[in-house]
Amino acid sequence: MEKRVGVYICHCGTNIAGYLDVEKVTRYAQSLPSVVIARDYTFMCSDPGQDMIKEDIRELKLNRVLVCSCSPTLHLRTFREACQAAGLNPHLCEMATIREYCSWVHSHDRQAATEKAMAMVAAGVRRVIYRDPLVTKYAPVNSNTLIVGGGIAGIQTALEVANSEHKVYLVEREPSIGGRMSQLGKTFPYLEPAIDILAPKMEQVADNEYIELLSYSEVTDLAGYIGNFKATINKKARCVDATKCDSCGICWEKCPVEVDNEFDRGLSKRKAIYRPFPEAVPNTPVIDREHCTRFLNGDCTICQEACPAKAIDYEQADEEVEIEAGAVIVATGYDTFDPTPIEQYGYGKYDNVITSPEFERMASANGPTDGNIVLKDGSTPKSVAIVHCVGSRDENYNQYCSRVCCMYSLKYASFLKETLDADVYQMYIDMRCFGKGHEEFYKQVSDAGVNFVRGKVAQITDIAINDEEKGKLIVVGEDTLLGTLIRIPVDMVILSVAMQPRADTDRIARVFLLGCSRDGFFLERHPKLDPVGTMLDGIFAVGCCQSPKDISDTVAQATGAAARAIELISKGRVEMEAATASVDTEICSGCGYCEAVCAYSAIEVDPKINLAVVNEALCKGCGACTVNCPSKALQLKNFGPKQLLDMIDEATKEYAGLAS
Amino acid sequence: MAEGNNGFEPKIVGFLCNWCTASAADLAGTTRAQYPPNLHPVRVMCSGTVDPVYVIKALLSGADSVMIGGCHPGDCHYVSGNYKARRRIAMLKNIFESLGLDSDRIWIRWISASEGPEFAAAVREITEETKKAGPNPLSANWAL
Repeated sequence: MEKRVGVYICHCGTNIAGYLDVEKVTRYAQSLPSVVIARDYTFMCSDPGQDMIKEDIRELKLNRVLVCSCSPTLHLRTFREACQAAGLNPHLCEMATIREYCSWVHSHDRQAATEKAMAMVAAGVRRVIYRDPLVTKYAPVNSNTLIVGGGIAGIQTALEVANSEHKVYLVEREPSIGGRMSQLGKTFPYLEPAIDILAPKMEQVADNEYIELLSYSEVTDLAGYIGNFKATINKKARCVDATKCDSCGICWEKCPVEVDNEFDRGLSKRKAIYRPFPEAVPNTPVIDREHCTRFLNGDCTICQEACPAKAIDYEQADEEVEIEAGAVIVATGYDTFDPTPIEQYGYGKYDNVITSPEFERMASANGPTDGNIVLKDGSTPKSVAIVHCVGSRDENYNQYCSRVCCMYSLKYASFLKETLDADVYQMYIDMRCFGKGHEEFYKQVSDAGVNFVRGKVAQITDIAINDEEKGKLIVVGEDTLLGTLIRIPVDMVILSVAMQPRADTDRIARVFLLGCSRDGFFLERHPKLDPVGTMLDGIFAVGCCQSPKDISDTVAQATGAAARAIELISKGRVEMEAATASVDTEICSGCGYCEAVCAYSAIEVDPKINLAVVNEALCKGCGACTVNCPSKALQLKNFGPKQLLDMIDEATKEYAGLAS
Repeated sequence: MAEGNNGFEPKIVGFLCNWCTASAADLAGTTRAQYPPNLHPVRVMCSGTVDPVYVIKALLSGADSVMIGGCHPGDCHYVSGNYKARRRIAMLKNIFESLGLDSDRIWIRWISASEGPEFAAAVREITEETKKAGPNPLSANWAL
């Protein structure tokens, strides 16, 4: 049959058209053999763009379609569905990635990008010509969901999915779920204590029969694909038998080892056997084997002797668990910026320069100071400066805005005014109060007599130049609204530090095959239209591991991810690779080389006919057998040697000068 | 492909595994990493599906280098395709050497889906090295 190819070159707004000459590429495409029509359009994925393809299929009797635009991971399905709607088998549609592979990465060389795009279009045409119609097949979906990270994002997703009565594995690295939210004081803008609204949700996780909580555990490996993932999880030994322990607390009272309490940001001490905080879920304590004398020297048994339930088990070992899941949701959260490198702010040098997470702990009723704000010497501050954008919106550290600091800084001001009637100075660059009820809260705090000083703080020092400044911390900077230099003596300085990607983001990205954007947070599939999906089908990223956001936005995104997981599970099937291997029975000699190389045991030589037979249900379409076949009887459907050799021909032709 | 002012612009054909290196190349695009336009990408399902014939064909047709991009050892989407690729390419390089051909024009790289910057760096490196090596004599001298 005559091959009638339609080539569609997308401008993608200016994403493609801005960096290469779309018209020249279209004209070139039109000149290629078998090409009936070549068109360019602003957005091929839009309805008018798709309609253009559909109309051409009907009017011009196209039987092959090549769309030259973005990555097939984004829109291959869109265009295949459009073809199908017009009566063309979807497998006769192909894409050439001239955005990710060309316009975006050669944006400083228009001519070279145009010539490369021409080569890619030519190769794409040769590839699509030899495509055959295939029947789409489906695989079943495992109905479990794996959620990684037990902060508010993971908790919300877990509860939503579990409420649809599907099994959830919630994996949390720390001994308790709760995440960063459990460390916060109050929440803005309605000033509800974080733990008061979080703890009931944590309890729901513990009580939900559909949620299996794997705390103190880490996912070390993920294999498989959408609908059928296999995860390996390392369950660290708590050394406390949760079935016997009733969290009476005698063990941590008796334990002689004191360590900085990371939950309180080092503002208090905890023991080597400890429960991270009173509301912890699970509530069972854990032995910190890095600090416990028993594990360092082997001679202490105080906690074991003291335990009335006989729950302490030093012999407990780490366990490796394997689980299966259809969907994976990554909610691994964020780290906070360490301001030590900004020497001029004196963090670590001056006792009363503290960070926002430290302030959150002080302001928490279950914190190290029982919710009282105190200076290092135990006294109460009468004046406090809050320095915004520490590590955010700063070319030296993070270019992005952390989105929550303005609001939590207002929350601190409100708290300090209300409880201490302190003088509060907000040292801000811009106030960004964009959420629901946020601007109103700003007005409220502003009316309460908080001082707002616009300008970046230059220095925090204890060197006084007059009597008023003696014994104080002096915030030095510029008031850019008044155009004057300022020195504000205060008792306490709070650094509103940035949210940052987790320190081990690279490791997490490798395990879950996630990409990172330039700011280091996990990359979403599409910034506007799919902010929950990732580049890999069936894997979603939510919460602050994707970008800084507040609790409301995190919960909204988590609920969205849950809907996506439930969508997958309830549908119960995923599209399978239709392009499996096939045997040319006229050439096959039945040697069995293919059988030996197949990782899925999908090929067997049938001794009766002495031919290799492909089991299409098992074949994943990797193509390993096609290379091993000495007579080249095995081919991958729609991706045979003819296509590849032709593509190579096109790729190695001379394009230089074509676009000049 | 693009003839620069100062001479030789190599042609490089890249066979990129759909599950890792092709995704890393997507990521390089999304993050607007910049690399030389000399590599022509060919998305394949697995590095294990790259027949040495394709590599030879590319080098005979006028490619100055060939890149094969697969998943890190142990991470193959299809269990062991990358190991097959590793051995096949090692053998091919051996054959090239025994025939007195330049095996350094064949590059194999393990680049996972999250390694966009690594992909861009690999293309830069291969382009630079191929520029140093000069045009591939194989394509010019071959008469079929």
